[in-house]
Amino acid sequence: MSLVNIHEVHKYYGDLHVLKGINLNIKAGEVISIIGRSGSGKSTLLRCMNGLEKYQKGGITVDGKEVTTEEIQVRILARSVGMIFQSFNLFPHLTVGENIMLAPTIVLKKSKQEAQETAKAMLEKVGLADKFDSFPEKLSGGQQQRVAIARALAMNPKVLLCDEITSALDPELVGDVLKVLEQLAKEGMTLVLVTHEMNFARDVGDRVVFMHQGKVWEEGPAKEVFANPQTDELKNFVNSVL
Amino acid sequence: MLDFAALLPYSHVFIHGLITTVEISLLATVLGLVLGATFAVARQYGATWLSRIVNVYVELIRNTPFIVQLFFIFFGLPSIGLKLSAWEAGIIAMVVNLAAYSTEIIRAGLASTPKGQWEAGKVLGLSFKQTLFRVVIIPAIEKIYPALTSQCIIVMLGSAVLSQISVQDLTYAANFVQSRNFRSFESYLVTALLYLFLAILMRKAFNLIGKRLFSYRAER
Repeated sequence: MSLVNIHEVHKYYGDLHVLKGINLNIKAGEVISIIGRSGSGKSTLLRCMNGLEKYQKGGITVDGKEVTTEEIQVRILARSVGMIFQSFNLFPHLTVGENIMLAPTIVLKKSKQEAQETAKAMLEKVGLADKFDSFPEKLSGGQQQRVAIARALAMNPKVLLCDEITSALDPELVGDVLKVLEQLAKEGMTLVLVTHEMNFARDVGDRVVFMHQGKVWEEGPAKEVFANPQTDELKNFVNSVL
Repeated sequence: MLDFAALLPYSHVFIHGLITTVEISLLATVLGLVLGATFAVARQYGATWLSRIVNVYVELIRNTPFIVQLFFIFFGLPSIGLKLSAWEAGIIAMVVNLAAYSTEIIRAGLASTPKGQWEAGKVLGLSFKQTLFRVVIIPAIEKIYPALTSQCIIVMLGSAVLSQISVQDLTYAANFVQSRNFRSFESYLVTALLYLFLAILMRKAFNLIGKRLFSYRAER
């Protein structure tokens, strides 16, 4: 039984048909990279997986729960699906610690002490244990993104969606964030990444999904997809980015 | 010849007026801002009908003179059986006025919230209300805090008009004193300086509150 089940999903923005019948199953512990040119629908697909975007046809289930954009459904889903954004989206008026503790205390109703312990453990994991009392704007982009990862992990999600999470970072900071992802992958976290980091997708990812014109154009084991692309579109894409 | 000493026998009148002005301004500021924030949320996130009603109210108040609003409440409403004391009418007029302007100002702050903040709240499982109160509101107010401060000071200064319906505020005191001793220059100069002093004090108070509210910026 797969953790994420996407069946014949169609999505329209008005007349624009962005997702044209997507089928994808993701098993627990898998690391999936979704690649493709901009406009191919990869971020949209990711955002459909946790109810941030509506889809018009088909179905998505995560951990057996149906994904819809109803507030109540999104809130239930948020307990099993974490998400990290390109723009970090930390809360500027809260310290790093408070950012991480907010949802565990008011959503999971954990005690302050318990939430604090979790927050510290997660910060330790992303290598920022000393930043508990700092405010986000004091941190570099790479540090902010690692805090965002810690904040998502504190909700103990079953799957983590990463939407181009290194695209807004200075090149020298990308490595720190990827290292954290690699560690999570090793620990068995299910990761779904929309990414332009092809080396990471090839070396750390289990499976690569190449999207083109709103469809899953080609997919397969990461190393194979890069070494031996079957379609011209993927060949062109791989040549243009590697 | 100018003679400021001629004001001395009336110092208690000025003090009484000053206290009244401070009282009504403080009350109007607190009530006006609470109401304004509530209306701003209703206008920005409420159902279409609610948002429209708030919009009509805001535009009605922002496009009519304060003194007419005041006269309407004090002289007009008794005709439909709503009789208010001058003090009550004055407070209500100020609250209604400030609430309308601050609705528009606070709404602008809320509207400028990056979409990502709402999405981050959502994917962490926060409800709309939790995201609004725990995530959105403080940074939103921070952005428009200078404009909000100025608006509150404008309303405080505008309270001078209340003297026209016999609220015994600072301006009422000035009118009273100069009608007794014919020292208009001295009377109004001192009054103007007192208003200036109040305005500066108010700005300082707002800055102090702002520093606490937005302490995350302070250690820059």
